[in-house]
Amino acid sequence: MDLVFKALADATRRKLLDRLHADNGQTLGALCEHLAMTRQAVTKHLVLLEKANLVATVRRGREKLHYLNPVPIHEIAERWINKFERSRLDALSALKKGLESGDE
Amino acid sequence: MNKPSYVYVTYIRATAEKVWSAITDRDITQHYWAHWNVSDWTVGAKWDHQRCDGSNVVDITGIVVESVRPRRLVISWADPKEAARPEKVSRVTFEIVPHADDVTRLTVTHDELEAGSGMEKGITQGWPIVLASLKSWLETGKPVPFGATCSN
Repeated sequence: MDLVFKALADATRRKLLDRLHADNGQTLGALCEHLAMTRQAVTKHLVLLEKANLVATVRRGREKLHYLNPVPIHEIAERWINKFERSRLDALSALKKGLESGDE
Repeated sequence: MNKPSYVYVTYIRATAEKVWSAITDRDITQHYWAHWNVSDWTVGAKWDHQRCDGSNVVDITGIVVESVRPRRLVISWADPKEAARPEKVSRVTFEIVPHADDVTRLTVTHDELEAGSGMEKGITQGWPIVLASLKSWLETGKPVPFGATCSN
């Protein structure tokens, strides 16, 4: 999970993810087109994103296609956000039970 | 052939055999997917993704295209109401590869989707949840809750 937060803590890498979100499955060349950066710099960012499992790559002939992999981000959401919702729901349910049993 | 539409990857602390079973064994899928995946998983066999809430509704159906236990499973994927229309039938590939020690890499590739369809929207919301739930179930014995549960 450290790798995911580290990877996300950079505007260029977030931009790369945005570009894949808009158009999934792009080559390095296509991803470079809209960035004022060298191929080497973009490659470095993509390697970090792949290590964090935020980007998955698929070989198609001689091409390497990059895909946004949202699974680790979902795991982060599940770890915190959903848990908080659950405890809120539990509290509501306890409150309801308490109020409804009050007039017995 | 078009490029794959969506690729999802998760690393799971479990053997490839356990990951395969978690996808193909209806008694396991019910715990983390709120559905039974029902088939004998031989090539050409039908498979159904069936609700286990007592209604037995089949939400997804298809044919087993490739089946190499425990490494690779390719299935067609369609809403039963649309399964006769080729443009509505998409394809899902599960690749299960031992990664390191007791960790297995599961890749789910979903392609041949109709662009802009309700199915496309559904699977992009669904796969991250299903994979997080599958991982959680295999590693901790607890699924990620996502609404429907099984009645039994």
